[in-house]
Amino acid sequence: MNIPLTIKETQDGLKSKKFSAVELVDAYLAQIKKYNSEYNVFLTVTEELAYAKAKEIDRGDKTSHLAGVIVSYKDIFLTKGVRTTAGSKILESYIPPYSATSVSRIEAAGAIPIGKLYCDAFAHGASGENSDFGRTLNPWGKEYVPGGSSSGSAASVSAGMSLISLGSDTGGSTRQPANFCNLVGLKPTYGVIPRYGVISMSSSLDTIGSFAHTVDDIEIMFDVMRGTDGYDSTVSNFKKPNIKNKFKLGIAKEYFIDGLDSEVENMINDVKKTYEKIGIEVVELTLPHTKYMVPVYYIIQPAEVSSNLGRFDGIRYGSARQSFGEEAKRRIMIGSYVLSAGYYDAYYEKAMKVRTKIINDFDEAFKTVDAIISPVSPTPAFKLGANTSDPLKMYLEDIYTTTANLVGIPGLAIPSTFSKSGLPIGFQLLGPRFSEHQLFELGKKYHKEIDYKPKIAL
Amino acid sequence: MQKYINIIGLEIHIEPNTKSKMFCSCPQDHFGAKPNTQTCPICLGLPGALPYANKEAIKKTIKLGLALGSKISEKSKFYRKHYFYPDLPKGYQISQKDNPFCVGGSLMSKKINHIHLEEDAGKLIHSGDESLIDFNRSGCALIEIVTEPVFNNVSEVLSFVKELQLIARYLDISNADMEKGTMRLEANISLKALLGGGRMDSREVGNLPDYKVELKNINSFKFLEKALKAEIERQTKALDNSEKLKQETRGYDEKTKTTFSQRTKTDSDDYRYFPEPDISPINSTEYIVHSTKIPELPQAKRDRFMDMYKLPKDYVEILISDLERANYFEQAVKLAPDLTKSIADLMINKNMDNEYPEPAGFVKKIVELTKIEYASTSDLEQAIKDVLFENPNIVDSYINGKGQVIGFLIGQVQKVLQGKGDPKMINVKLIESLQKNI
Amino acid sequence: MTKLTKKDVLHVAELSNLKLTDSEIKKFLPQLTKIIKFVGTLSEVDTTKIEPTSQTTKLVNALREDVTTSSNSLNIDEYFKVKAILSKRT
Repeated sequence: MNIPLTIKETQDGLKSKKFSAVELVDAYLAQIKKYNSEYNVFLTVTEELAYAKAKEIDRGDKTSHLAGVIVSYKDIFLTKGVRTTAGSKILESYIPPYSATSVSRIEAAGAIPIGKLYCDAFAHGASGENSDFGRTLNPWGKEYVPGGSSSGSAASVSAGMSLISLGSDTGGSTRQPANFCNLVGLKPTYGVIPRYGVISMSSSLDTIGSFAHTVDDIEIMFDVMRGTDGYDSTVSNFKKPNIKNKFKLGIAKEYFIDGLDSEVENMINDVKKTYEKIGIEVVELTLPHTKYMVPVYYIIQPAEVSSNLGRFDGIRYGSARQSFGEEAKRRIMIGSYVLSAGYYDAYYEKAMKVRTKIINDFDEAFKTVDAIISPVSPTPAFKLGANTSDPLKMYLEDIYTTTANLVGIPGLAIPSTFSKSGLPIGFQLLGPRFSEHQLFELGKKYHKEIDYKPKIAL
Repeated sequence: MQKYINIIGLEIHIEPNTKSKMFCSCPQDHFGAKPNTQTCPICLGLPGALPYANKEAIKKTIKLGLALGSKISEKSKFYRKHYFYPDLPKGYQISQKDNPFCVGGSLMSKKINHIHLEEDAGKLIHSGDESLIDFNRSGCALIEIVTEPVFNNVSEVLSFVKELQLIARYLDISNADMEKGTMRLEANISLKALLGGGRMDSREVGNLPDYKVELKNINSFKFLEKALKAEIERQTKALDNSEKLKQETRGYDEKTKTTFSQRTKTDSDDYRYFPEPDISPINSTEYIVHSTKIPELPQAKRDRFMDMYKLPKDYVEILISDLERANYFEQAVKLAPDLTKSIADLMINKNMDNEYPEPAGFVKKIVELTKIEYASTSDLEQAIKDVLFENPNIVDSYINGKGQVIGFLIGQVQKVLQGKGDPKMINVKLIESLQKNI
Repeated sequence: MTKLTKKDVLHVAELSNLKLTDSEIKKFLPQLTKIIKFVGTLSEVDTTKIEPTSQTTKLVNALREDVTTSSNSLNIDEYFKVKAILSKRT
């Protein structure tokens, strides 16, 4: 059978009895069995759980939002009774006693959980090469990285091993792999989808990311997962707004930096033209503090990482702190340093203040535009090993993505085209807080205009 | 001649009597619970767990601040305080740093630096070559009162902590029970040399010594007193011998009656505080201060009882030291204002209030008791007859308009009755008899 | 401050409760120096009168009612054990 590529196709197929949920599980599992050992996508395959849930769907209700949809989780989402490693040896055999709010909500909406995915250990990385269990390959070209840290999430959906996937986005960890793997990826507004039960990386930046082939599917996932849960006190509820019919977009002149690949730059210009073609004005704007995004991010994030990884002491769960991988240790060290006596003001406090200035830039920009068009990463997927020897070079990969996390706004990564070497290229839309539905609308308009057709890589 | 002045500051921890813990919905009261039976992902610091701050704990902290005259911070935050210890599950304690809920204030003219709110750690029990950890207490709400180093002697310290305990009870913040660990004390102490004549070098006024010793794990008022005295003695001897005292933490050993070094300050005492990103700021003024009512505090009650009820000081102290008894006393007095003295007597000397849950029952009993004790009406009338007969001059004075002599006659009648006469009745009957003589 | 010393690295490792091997120290020293120098570029930004941002939600008083629930309680009912702790807590 042909694996369905959207939630609608899945549910139409189930309702019309074109296939059963059990047959769907068969098909995805076949794909996993065929490619997983080579591509390192799934750390744990929950075959039994998937079949049990599929049988339930086949017997009963097929009308809930995600009924029959095959979902996979980045291995930092706690799943009650199912091993959760965070991609780190320190949690190699950890079985959580509870599930993340997002996992519970996705499954309550009828999704079938098929397994847990590779990722950079503790979500530290932009390539998938920092997993303690092996590196994940890009289904669109196996000498390339799939992006990270939600490497397995992107690989899983683009390789047809699950229809949708949950990842996290702290500095681009959903949007960048989505971009490298020809997928739609959403980094929501901070404080919309509860983080409870997702292993914290950087608490003021972490968000729950979604991967799918289409904007429609991302919207469904978003609406299923958002809203207060009584466990994450940073979450608020909001009503789906009425979508306006006249938009104005902006592109920051600061985005066109030296390291920006010409194919990516051309794509951004094409996106601009496409929007203009459908009557949406695109203006140039300025975000003066753009060049400080990465330095601010690489102070705040490691500081919070050093704090959040303090609980892994091997007493109540997991193994001792020596089992941390190199990148985790490096970030803990940077974080402890910038928080330590004598350096706090110069680094951490300073970064929090520049963060305020960055937020002010965006508040200013959103007074004139509804959303900002931005590259996701300066280049298409890079080759495995290309950035591993120089951590700072890897950190600069985050130049376009950290913005949304520092400001707390949503970012929607949208696939656009392919490079000459056959790698996916896409862009992202950044909007004000709680403007997700507006970004969805803009994304759908774009895909409609370029007649976008989802496809899987393998 | 006093050679040194003691400089003592206090850190007092009070577990408020909330229903749930500071950041999760496990029970706050952990006294006597079996190990690790009151835990959840949040207070065990499991991966993925997040804190959710308890409104009531914040209210109680602010209530205490208001009672002690602190300035309530308009905007407060929680901070993460980092250190590693097996009973601290997250590797950090959620506490406060800049703009704690309450800043300044005083009690018994002793200045308070600030009052903040934090979460408690678990309990570590040492057992052979193992240490056992119980996380029932982990994440419990904990109010910390930090005083300025303003105490110069042990008795000041003791009266301060006892008064604070009483205030916590009056405010219904906590029972502040040393035995149950809902009140815990730490003292820091250093000594400063005085010039001849017990004066302080004027250049030294306001300067603190370059060290302080923290006394920890003090679990009763008695121990506090003993530990402070032992530590003052140790420091005095050291200074007499020109030894340099160092910054350290010491405990008290009841067997040897001395303090012992537990820990010297090290490089790792760098808590790397930063604002807790998982919890939004708290706007206390608008939200809590306006709706918080402070009841009458112990000192006000003390003054009022002396003034209103004219009771001896030690009686007042006993009554006000227990808010329930103080209220009971007042209810009883309201029912029988004439019996104030008897009510106080019977409560303090006979604990009779324990036998009557309702003040009304108690008062009824007192009235019965006092009635039985009064002399009978016929005895009373006989006594009046005798007194008037024996004091014809006084009776004459009365007839001649000297009304004030009645007091003397009442006294004489009581004397005959050996104090068992009902004063009201004597008065009535006496006037009746005198009128007959006119 | 740009150049970190081995002593700095050891101090930070102690704060972080990490035991680094000699080869890790050797590797981290130049890397951390480079990263700290890079993030230090923030010093050129004027932040006078700018309030720091520690959370982007704009929420205040996001507090919980004081109720107990057992919905996510974990009843472990035995002690956790560690090797004897001799040093006292801070």
